[in-house]
Amino acid sequence: MSIKNLLRGTSVAACLVAGAMTAISGAAQAQEKLKVGVVGFYTGAAAGPFGIPARNAAELMVEAINAGNVPAPYNTKGAGGMEIEAVYIDESGGTTKQVTEYRNMVQRQGVDAVIGYISSGSCLAVAPVAEELKTFTILFDCGTPRIFEDADYQYVFRTSAHATMDSVGAARYIATKFGDTKTYQGINQNYAWGQDSWRDFDLAMQSVLPGSEAAEPLWPKIFQGQYGAEISRLSVSPPEVLHTSFWGGDLESFILQSSARSLHKRTKMLLTTGESVTQRLGRKLPDGVIIGARGPYGILAKETELSKWLSQTFADRFGTKPTFPSYHMAQAFIAMKIAYDNAAAASGGSKPSVDDVAAGLRHKTFEAFGTTIDMKLGKGQQAITPTAYGIAKWDSDTGEQTITDVVTYPAECVNPPAGVNSVDWIKGGMQGAKC
Amino acid sequence: MLTATAILIDGLIEASYLFLVALGLTLIFGVMKILNVAHGSFYAFGAYASATAIGWWFASGFPDYGSFALMFAIAIGLGIIFGLLLEVGLLKRMYGKDEVIIVLVTFASFLMLEDVIIWIWGGNAYFAFEPYSLLGDIQFGTLFYSNYDLALIGLAVALAAGTWLLLNRTAKGRLLLAVIHDTEMAAAFGINVKRYFTVTFIIGATLGCLGGAVMAPKISVAPGIGVEVIVLAFAIVVIGGMGSIWGAIIGALVVGLARAAAVHLLPEVELFVIYAVMTLVLIFRPEGLFMRQKARKI
Amino acid sequence: MSPAFRSNLLQIGLPVILALGLFMPDWAIFLGIISLAKGLVVLGLMLLWRTGLVSFGQGLFYGAGAYMVGILPQYLPITDALLLVLISAVAAGFLAFALGFLLRRYREIFFAMLCLAFSMIFFGILVKSESLGSTDGFNVVETSYLGFVPEEPIVMQRMLYITAAVVAWFACLFVNRYLGSTMGRLSRAIKDNELRVEYLGFSAKRAVHFKIVIAGTMAGAGGALAAIAIGHVDPEMVWWIQSGEFVFVTILSGVGNVIAPLLGSVVFEILRTFAIEYAPQAWQFVVGGCLLAVIMFLPGGLWSLIERSKEGKDDGNSSR
Repeated sequence: MSIKNLLRGTSVAACLVAGAMTAISGAAQAQEKLKVGVVGFYTGAAAGPFGIPARNAAELMVEAINAGNVPAPYNTKGAGGMEIEAVYIDESGGTTKQVTEYRNMVQRQGVDAVIGYISSGSCLAVAPVAEELKTFTILFDCGTPRIFEDADYQYVFRTSAHATMDSVGAARYIATKFGDTKTYQGINQNYAWGQDSWRDFDLAMQSVLPGSEAAEPLWPKIFQGQYGAEISRLSVSPPEVLHTSFWGGDLESFILQSSARSLHKRTKMLLTTGESVTQRLGRKLPDGVIIGARGPYGILAKETELSKWLSQTFADRFGTKPTFPSYHMAQAFIAMKIAYDNAAAASGGSKPSVDDVAAGLRHKTFEAFGTTIDMKLGKGQQAITPTAYGIAKWDSDTGEQTITDVVTYPAECVNPPAGVNSVDWIKGGMQGAKC
Repeated sequence: MLTATAILIDGLIEASYLFLVALGLTLIFGVMKILNVAHGSFYAFGAYASATAIGWWFASGFPDYGSFALMFAIAIGLGIIFGLLLEVGLLKRMYGKDEVIIVLVTFASFLMLEDVIIWIWGGNAYFAFEPYSLLGDIQFGTLFYSNYDLALIGLAVALAAGTWLLLNRTAKGRLLLAVIHDTEMAAAFGINVKRYFTVTFIIGATLGCLGGAVMAPKISVAPGIGVEVIVLAFAIVVIGGMGSIWGAIIGALVVGLARAAAVHLLPEVELFVIYAVMTLVLIFRPEGLFMRQKARKI
Repeated sequence: MSPAFRSNLLQIGLPVILALGLFMPDWAIFLGIISLAKGLVVLGLMLLWRTGLVSFGQGLFYGAGAYMVGILPQYLPITDALLLVLISAVAAGFLAFALGFLLRRYREIFFAMLCLAFSMIFFGILVKSESLGSTDGFNVVETSYLGFVPEEPIVMQRMLYITAAVVAWFACLFVNRYLGSTMGRLSRAIKDNELRVEYLGFSAKRAVHFKIVIAGTMAGAGGALAAIAIGHVDPEMVWWIQSGEFVFVTILSGVGNVIAPLLGSVVFEILRTFAIEYAPQAWQFVVGGCLLAVIMFLPGGLWSLIERSKEGKDDGNSSR
């Protein structure tokens, strides 16, 4: 055999060896453990701001729950008495891959439950598959309200509030703190998240401040990273309030470039996901910008035993404080523990059925890390939570980002009532809101 | 009036960094007939390395203005590494294969380099903001511009002039033009084409890395920045004419100004204005604005 | 390869894929459908490749087929999977026919780039369409099979697998016949020298146009099947990375035979699934490395392996 043939052989073997593994790893195993698939962006642009903080929180929670170290009332070992074993799966690569991976997890790797998904596209695509495979699934971070408004699910839950809350909260904060605002404008990434965020914010502003007027919104491409022209456009005629739902690298780039060109001195910037970059930017975040955290998390969190515990153990272990994706992940684990604990109590010790587990979470209200979670929408499958906004201020004495003028809005003030479509709710003047 | 000024300046700033990247791409295509997808990775590597190095430079308290020299040093260093790694190590074995196959070879290299970036720098974003504010800013009416951005325009002009002088006023440059025009004929006249290939690839890669290095102080350097830039650079090169230096200049200006105009006048179309321009150019001038129609060989 | 072997392969092809569908474990069924769906796209690319054309925008037709499946049932009471696939394929074919008047004038890298430009414009339009869910896309309704709506989801999956197998088999038969026809045999000639073909009295442009339509139709069918299987469509199906993946699989498969694209597609899906599972931080590296290895050491693609083992037995009595 010549060397060339040998090389040919090896290169093909390398590609085909994967095929052989199929047979080996096919067998599902019986278990006392609770095998949980944990899905998030562990590579790509969303990994740094969302995926990795969430994964860190997941690792922390798995260990703490297994050891019974989470503060009361969650200080029993395991979920439903079972030890949790996590399998981490990357969300990158598109929805086709997500559906393939979901089926792999459940049908081949024998996963009992799934916690995951940051992108709304992934959530929409995976939810029907979860239902088809009858697998208990908690969506922990994705935003779109369409998931439980367009369809009914039995086994799919979301333990964070949907994105409507972020925009309604933002508009209410402007009305509360800057009630004389006349003009506002948006700069949002040109994809579903940015488009939905702006639509909801614009509608909510018209409802809470009917006299104000929106200038034409700007739509840079996602991951554009370079906002020279947009910043000039905003500088030519600056609005009083500038709304943006940018996140991650795009948000950091935009803040750095716009503050170098003094835009923050001429317009009030409102960053709906601002909390996730405050620690990274440090003093480079200009004072006076309004920041949100997609719920009352991070520096906007209420101080409770649970939130102090999460913040402290997280910081000790990873060297940074948890950001809102970490809170979203941690509360999804608490929700799973509650579901399995309830189901185990109902089934009297044997491994609970998926219907029991789902019933263990449906319509429940529980305390998580600095917030109360109420499974109120989507027939008890979708959570509502309070939310908070505040104004960032750099404290040069302690070298830490602080927050002033915090306003917390109760869950029923910023979320639609059960059974009402969120866009219709905002358009109709947010009827039934309890503030 | 203010809007017109803003469109012009914004367009020029955008065109300047795109030109750096596109010049490298078009040079490699002109000489070697390789459409190099991995060029996007060069940009990303340049940006990451520059962000890390600038961070270290300022943390160590070296003189501030030295950071500009640092960016160039990094670009040249990386350009040589990539040139040797990709051209000598890989592409040399591929010459003579179909052009499209070679595009796929660079596509494969691009996929692999994307992962290498994650191994080296992890998933987090980096920023090295100091040089951006070092030069201060300048005011036009109510508009503030960073002088760093204006310096980028100067750099692009200098590079364009330098390239022109190199190609038209030096002996080696003229030989290179001969290689661009007809590789086989050049080889027949005794030009060492292979060495020109290596040198060109190193220069092209250096330009790609330089694009990333000078952008690093402006942007948050995060995974995936290479993908965004390579598509834009493709569009520029196609609009201008593949392999044409003038084409890269015009293409970069068209793309930069079209984007800026869209942002100021019609933000709705920003997403596809560039592809629309590219399609129009392809339909009416398939070889690009600055390429002569190739003779058809029977 | 001997013609007899080729036609044998085709004849036994359908029963073999169908039988596989009965014995495959549940999780593999989905992988099988996706492989067949993407294999159809690759089959079209193989046809273009034989003429020396590469499309870096085949995701356009793949996505068009997929979106048809998503949109059609909202306006017409059609839920039959096979019918949906056929209508979507025809729609994508029409799109290819219209764009073909432009595309057929271009060769080499210009053809590739124009395809890319069209697909990116389509991508931009989809992203701007909030009623279609923008980048989030939307879910596809449940389908029926000849009036039969299976209760069990896994039966549904197997029905879809059978549908995909039948569609793919017919596509292979068609392409095989076409390649054997005069026009099909002109492919190589057009690749080598178009002017000579024209002097022989054939229209190279028309031949290329026909291939664009066929490739577009098959990509539409593939997209439709994928959309039904995934249950969701979004603009990423149109993105250039997806188109690049199709070209990638074409090279991996080799263009020696109409079965090759289906085979290559299966190998690619398996490769990627396991690369993601065992090397989550390096799956792009593994996939890229495999592509390089194939180009360097196996220029004929995976199919050349089968061909070579066959040649040994045929005593070298083979033809391409």
